[in-house]
Amino acid sequence: MATSRSKSATAELERSSPQPLTAMAVVAPAVGWLIPGAGHLAQKRWIRGLLLMVCIVAMYILGLAMNGHVYQPNSGEVLDILGFIGDVGAGGLYIVSRAMDYGQGMIQHATADYGTKFIIVAGLLNFIAAVDAYHIAIGKKK
Amino acid sequence: MTGLALSHFTAAFLFAVFASVVFGITQREGMRDQVRYGAYCFAMFIGGVIAAGWVMWVIRH
Repeated sequence: MATSRSKSATAELERSSPQPLTAMAVVAPAVGWLIPGAGHLAQKRWIRGLLLMVCIVAMYILGLAMNGHVYQPNSGEVLDILGFIGDVGAGGLYIVSRAMDYGQGMIQHATADYGTKFIIVAGLLNFIAAVDAYHIAIGKKK
Repeated sequence: MTGLALSHFTAAFLFAVFASVVFGITQREGMRDQVRYGAYCFAMFIGGVIAAGWVMWVIRH
C-alpha cells in the first residue's frame, strides 16, 4: 500500500516537473489546431483523436449548414474580433470556409444565430483539444 | 437560402453532445473519469436548457 502510494507520488512528481521540449510538443498542438483531433492521432491516441475530430468537425459543419456567420479578421468591431478569435481556432476548417466564401450570408433567422455560435464554439473546443495534445506530448497527461 | 433549420432543443442537444465529449476527453484522465465527466457536463447542459426554458415560461405567464 505504502509502496504503491510512493510510486504514484513519484509519477506525479515526474509529471509536474518541467519536461524537455520535444519535436512532438511543437508538432502535436500545431497539427491539432490545423486538423481537429490530429494532434491526438499523431500520438496514437486513436479513439480520443477520432472522437475529437468527429465532434469538432460536425459542430463546425452544422454551424455552416445553419447559415452561421464566419467572422473576418479586419472588421474593427470588438465583438467581431472576439468572434474571429473563436472561429480561427478551427484551423483548417476556418481556412477552407474563408477560401470557399462560406458563412458570409446575412443572418435572417434564429437557427442561423445558433449556427454562428456552433462555429465559434467548435473553434474554441479545438483550442482546448490542441492544448490537450500538447499536454500529452510533454508527458503531463497520459 | 434558409439552411438547416433545427428546433431550439435539437440545436441545444447537439451542442451539449459535442461539447461534453470534448470536455470529457480533455479535462480528465482515464476512460472511466472521462466518461463520467462527459456525462456530468451533458446533464448540466441539458438540465440548464430545461431549467432556463421553465424560467422563461414562468416569466411569460
